[in-house]
Amino acid sequence: MERLMQMLSDYNVLAAFWTTIQLTVYGAIGALVLGTIVAVMRVSPVAVFSRAAALWTNVILYTPLTLIAFFFAFGVLIKMNIRLLPEPPATLLDQHFAMGVVAIAVYHSSLVAEALRSGINTVPLGQAEAARALGLGFGQSLREVILPQAFRGAIAPLGSTLIALCKNTTVVATISVTEAAALMKSMIEFYSDLIVPIFVIMVTGFVILTLPLGMFFTWWSKRAAVLR
Amino acid sequence: MSAQNLLFDLPGPRARARHRVLAVVGVLLIAALVAGAVYLLRNELRWAMWRPFIDPVTWTAYLLPGLQATLTAAAISVVTSLVVGLLLGVGRLAAQPVVRAASGVLVEFFRAVPVLMMMVFAYYAFIYSGVLRGQAASLAGVVVGLTLYNGAVIAELVRSGVHALPKGQTEAGLAVGLTPGQTLRSILLPQAIRAMLPALVSQLIVVLKDTALGYLIVYAELLQRSQNLAANYGNIIVAFFVAGVIFVLINWALATLAHRLEAWLSTRQAGHVLHVAEGGAVLTGDETPAVR
Amino acid sequence: MTRSTTWALAASAAAFALTLSACGGSAAAPGTDTTAGGDAAPSGPIRIGIKYDQPGLGLQEGTNFTGFDVEVATYVAGELGYPEDQIEFIQAPSPQRETMLEGDQVDLIFATYSITDTRKERISFAGPYFIAGQDLLVRADDTSITGPETLTGKRLCSVAGSTPAENVKKEHPDVELIEYDTYSLCVSALDSGAVDALTTDNVILAGYAAQPQWEGKFRVVGNPFSTERYGVGVPKGETERCEAVNAALEKMIEDGAWQTALDETVGRSGFEPDDRNPPSVDEDCA
Repeated sequence: MERLMQMLSDYNVLAAFWTTIQLTVYGAIGALVLGTIVAVMRVSPVAVFSRAAALWTNVILYTPLTLIAFFFAFGVLIKMNIRLLPEPPATLLDQHFAMGVVAIAVYHSSLVAEALRSGINTVPLGQAEAARALGLGFGQSLREVILPQAFRGAIAPLGSTLIALCKNTTVVATISVTEAAALMKSMIEFYSDLIVPIFVIMVTGFVILTLPLGMFFTWWSKRAAVLR
Repeated sequence: MSAQNLLFDLPGPRARARHRVLAVVGVLLIAALVAGAVYLLRNELRWAMWRPFIDPVTWTAYLLPGLQATLTAAAISVVTSLVVGLLLGVGRLAAQPVVRAASGVLVEFFRAVPVLMMMVFAYYAFIYSGVLRGQAASLAGVVVGLTLYNGAVIAELVRSGVHALPKGQTEAGLAVGLTPGQTLRSILLPQAIRAMLPALVSQLIVVLKDTALGYLIVYAELLQRSQNLAANYGNIIVAFFVAGVIFVLINWALATLAHRLEAWLSTRQAGHVLHVAEGGAVLTGDETPAVR
Repeated sequence: MTRSTTWALAASAAAFALTLSACGGSAAAPGTDTTAGGDAAPSGPIRIGIKYDQPGLGLQEGTNFTGFDVEVATYVAGELGYPEDQIEFIQAPSPQRETMLEGDQVDLIFATYSITDTRKERISFAGPYFIAGQDLLVRADDTSITGPETLTGKRLCSVAGSTPAENVKKEHPDVELIEYDTYSLCVSALDSGAVDALTTDNVILAGYAAQPQWEGKFRVVGNPFSTERYGVGVPKGETERCEAVNAALEKMIEDGAWQTALDETVGRSGFEPDDRNPPSVDEDCA
């Protein structure tokens, strides 16, 4: 027990989970924006856009997130020397964090796009036909008629994408960001005798993060479901 | 799919002209992005950085062993996930409430914990307990992490697959005098598993991608090997690019296989074909996805 | 149990070989005399942890391993009765070394492994076989950095879980430190300007500076500010194995093989070790 207290004073578990939460929130916003753009491109009448969107989705879906994180940390940040945050005050570690957010956003944008596409598929054909009959163009009918319904139909898959995203933030441990999984690894290395309590603590943290998310999205998707 | 064509009218001459302009702008934009990236990475993409890849030793000493390790971990994990998934899935359908609840808790737990954390925990547990060591411990860590998570996903697939079958199937089984267990085994599961096949193949993609997490527990898989290669030749970007291409090609082949399987199955049987979203949510057909 | 008796035999074999070479001028080739013990031949290959990505010290080049650590490891293994084809090299990244020994993943570690009291709580050390000093690697055209005190406001790269990183964290809290998994990632970051300096032991830095793809791009500052005694990591409690390694190291230094190994590896990069080398092998295997 004493050693457990010692360990908890050596390692800031709450700070690590705070990093995880930040990665999740920023990553989710980025993924939603990027994913919506990709989804709109995917269904757009311009063939180049829909092909590019399809290529983007597939290539990203087939690539490990670890590799995408490496690409942004060591390719874009280190080799291309692109900094996302103003320096100072940002440190190199902050830049790694920012690249971690981008990697998470990029990776999950393909999942968001797929979720939205399945949401668009839930919108009855009559809706699109009615919009066209009213004389709305592609952009208008998408904005006014299709997407609002598509988002509501996509709430459940978007919710599970968000939960997946939250868990996947652990992957940026591979690019020197000290979030929950990185902290867990170094705790286990230095307090090997406490491996089980460490695992229990960290897992509890994740259950606390993901369980309410899951319940909230279940409730929301039921509430927002379009009655047909 | 069909909604796509109904979102817009067949373009007329003016719309076609507008689309052509947009297409040109789009192509230029994409080309500019790619060109910018290539320009910034021009030093990293020099021929000298690619030259190691025409040396067979690069393949025999780094990439192929790495690929082999990746495929080994994925193959073992798929088999173990199937076993765990069937057990947990049948557990969730069991008549005894205790078994049902226990399976349910396990499935929810394994889906709530990040795969990477389960890998790290399993790896160090094997090492500290002295059960396994070296690459065996790393491999076992990867396999355990992947098995628990994907087993839970497959358990959900089994459950949804059985629930998606027409009620008459169960009734018919019970009517001819089979016990509920026999009905499940000999009537419901075989049909459910067939409906699951494409989803299982797609799940292989998830497994294969997640083997890359083994990097953090020193499993000498494709990424780890690519980095060793890069340390030797200073060609980190090219090394990662090649690893990425290998991943994309294999996963693309798997996805194609899944689509073929799905098409073949839909000609053979009515009913639902199941899908899994990456988060592990099971979707039945094209309709509203099942809630997590 | 078989393992510990094996080690005891190997230890006496090494001691025997040492006596032989001390008296009889020409050293007996290990494996000729020692096999006289019959079943003294160890059962499996010896598993040695080395670095895979440290030029001049431990580097994987295709299917070969090169570097000073590899040379010393090969020599010591030979003395313990393992010919070259009975050595299995395993990658031992800095943050994992203690864990690998504790978990019996390797029998010995030769991986630029500094002897420290903290580490001795978990493992034992034989050696030292080299005395290095922590130094800085900077871009060749950067004259603003001359030592650790000129690092204020600069970005310093090191490897997670390594001694240099811990030293810097303790003594220069105003330096911005980033830790990567491997030094080769640090070198890439130094090359692109993402970091201003890379710190670790002079001999390691020299190895990078001399790699063909980095030639002329970096220089070692040449102002070592610590003493790093490189030891051989041995699992705790394996005293006999540890003493056998010590005997082999002493013999290696004595018969000139140590100097040859040094000249043919890190020496090629123009690096000359300071006069603290060769060291006296004085670890007590506790």
